[in-house]
Amino acid sequence: MTHTERRKCEKLASGSAMAAALARRNHVWVGTETGILKGVDLQRKHAANFTTTGKPQREAAVSALCWGAGGETHILVGCMDRTVRCFSTEEGAFQGQRRCPGGEGAFRGLAQAGGMLITCVDSGVLRVWCGDDKEAPSDPLLELRVGPGVCRMRQDPARPHVVATGGKENALKVWDLQGSKEPLFRAKNVRNDWLDLRVPIWDQDIHFIPGSQKLITCTGYHQVRVYDPASPQRRPVLETTYGEYPLTAMSLTPGGNSIIVGNTHGQLAEIDFRQGRLLGCLKGLAGSVRGLQCHPSKPLLASCGLDRVLRIHRIRNPRGLEHKVYLKSRLNCLLLSGRENWEDELEEPQKPSEEPPEDSDVDELWASLEAAANGKLPRSDQTLRAPGAQKRNKCPRAGGLCVPSPQ
Amino acid sequence: MAKATVKSGGSGKKSLKRKAAMPEPQEAAVAGDGATEGGVQPPKATAFPPGFSISEIKNKQRRHLMFTRWKQQQRKEKLTAKKKLKKEREALGDKAPPKPVPKTIDNQRVYDETTVDPNDEERTVRLCQQLSTVIPNSHVYYRRGLALKKIIPQCISRDFTDLIVINEDRKTPNGLILSHLPNGPTAHFKMSSVRLRKEIKRRGKDPTEHVPEIILNNFTTRLGHSIGRMFASLFPHNPQFIGRQVATFHNQRDYIFFRFHRYIFKSEKKVGIQELGPRFTLKLRSLQKGTFDSKYGEYEWVHKPREMDTSRRKFHL
Repeated sequence: MTHTERRKCEKLASGSAMAAALARRNHVWVGTETGILKGVDLQRKHAANFTTTGKPQREAAVSALCWGAGGETHILVGCMDRTVRCFSTEEGAFQGQRRCPGGEGAFRGLAQAGGMLITCVDSGVLRVWCGDDKEAPSDPLLELRVGPGVCRMRQDPARPHVVATGGKENALKVWDLQGSKEPLFRAKNVRNDWLDLRVPIWDQDIHFIPGSQKLITCTGYHQVRVYDPASPQRRPVLETTYGEYPLTAMSLTPGGNSIIVGNTHGQLAEIDFRQGRLLGCLKGLAGSVRGLQCHPSKPLLASCGLDRVLRIHRIRNPRGLEHKVYLKSRLNCLLLSGRENWEDELEEPQKPSEEPPEDSDVDELWASLEAAANGKLPRSDQTLRAPGAQKRNKCPRAGGLCVPSPQ
Repeated sequence: MAKATVKSGGSGKKSLKRKAAMPEPQEAAVAGDGATEGGVQPPKATAFPPGFSISEIKNKQRRHLMFTRWKQQQRKEKLTAKKKLKKEREALGDKAPPKPVPKTIDNQRVYDETTVDPNDEERTVRLCQQLSTVIPNSHVYYRRGLALKKIIPQCISRDFTDLIVINEDRKTPNGLILSHLPNGPTAHFKMSSVRLRKEIKRRGKDPTEHVPEIILNNFTTRLGHSIGRMFASLFPHNPQFIGRQVATFHNQRDYIFFRFHRYIFKSEKKVGIQELGPRFTLKLRSLQKGTFDSKYGEYEWVHKPREMDTSRRKFHL
């Protein structure tokens, strides 16, 4: 085995171990238009790229992200070429993918319910797939036609078998996947406006309000509407407008009373949906907002958009920008980790325990290949780890350089 | 009498000659007195009574005869006058006075106050025409208030690659919209400091049809690179160095300066440049992801003056 090949093997071995450790710590996962999944660690201000092929492709642009089963250990990535890839945050690598054919267009919604995968595409084909993604593309368990021009499909976090869909000239509908083929709730359009013209429909984002059955939507005609399926009225219970540009993304705040919306001009606003008034705005974005998510307990908001920058804002006391990370491609969607501890204190004691396993992995690798270089490796690895946290990030690249020349 | 016969010999009507023989000497004599002839005239005309005109002769044939005789005489006089002038001109050589311009009906046209002065054409229209000479394979069309969203599908179907719209305010151009056509980005600029070809001092002759080279200076950020590529895509990718023409887009402090020059290498190290063509300054206001759609389009970058211009040292392009 030549010197360069040995270096590469070592790089891969240490690299994957490093990547796994890093991936677990990432706070935000962002999907881009070039098909790359980026994991951003805000503590260390470090962003890592994860791809299946290693090269960016526009055909595999990420259009939907959602957490996989079992907490926040897996991420399901929906791409433009109709594949859903499974990424493991523990391993830091893509584990498998499955093709989900049917209908046309990009994925508008991706959800996990009891081991089953729910997908909805642009042309309105909503399918439920069997959860085992190692198999060849199988037939869907359930298929629903939701209507063309779907912009968003959202799953109710309280009832995983209930989903809501809405889009351009496609009214809001709430479906029960275990029930009949008819929607549970079908929204009615508002009355004609003051010129007696029909008001067009363009639902861009939908959220279920926790603690009740209500839904809230934001439209491309800069309206925010609240619907209540429990009431006999099928028209919106509350309607407000914000700005002059289409609202593209929305997120519920941890308080439970307000939402944050973003529009195509990069304006973010917090709106109270009980009273229907504007609470405040957030500055900083220059491009259209594509993804918004609030942390479930902390007053933090992650936003990404076409200006290629991921921003973390603090929503209250005081309202302002916390972090800003430049990621080189246009960002389509994001997932914010909901865990409580964002600092690494719990991770630190584990570090020494992590090192021996990596060491033994590497040792096993070399033992299987060549007995000669075994003795030198642990020493070189330890010199790398001794300096500090910063150096660890650069290990995968620096690892090869520290290997002594073969005898 | 001898003169009369010479004259009648010229006319060639012998019978008339005999008839007219009698009154002719009288008329000829009168003509000789009354007519104003040049000094070179042979003394052939006989005198006529003053105030006499040929049209008063009642006899049609005789009148016709007199008229033709008079016409020939005039022609001869004119020819001799011309010859004389020509001799004089040749004699004088270069110092001859300029030839007088012959009067035509067209020349003598009465001045109509509604005539359109070609120098009166609007600056925007002139700028469009000059830009179309700078950018090869380009055509100028008048917008006449048509909606851009309807123009764009037509342009795409006719295989155009880019659309430039120049916006004007009170006859001066102040905005430029550059849209890369098959669903490419659309940039909206504010235009200022426009100088047309006439207003540029020390300029060279009009640009030729050669494809110019392009220089893009100082586009550093990702946004800057996108805009730079958009400008470069306006021109064909095969510059003809024979034409020695170059178009420059120079970015400084977020202002893009456009200049069009012709260069010449005087020696190994020295270059001379002549500025041709229009010059203007652009400032980016927004960059949209798709083709022009100001209401529902998605913006990649929007200039927000109150948020972005807070620091004097922060630039975006």
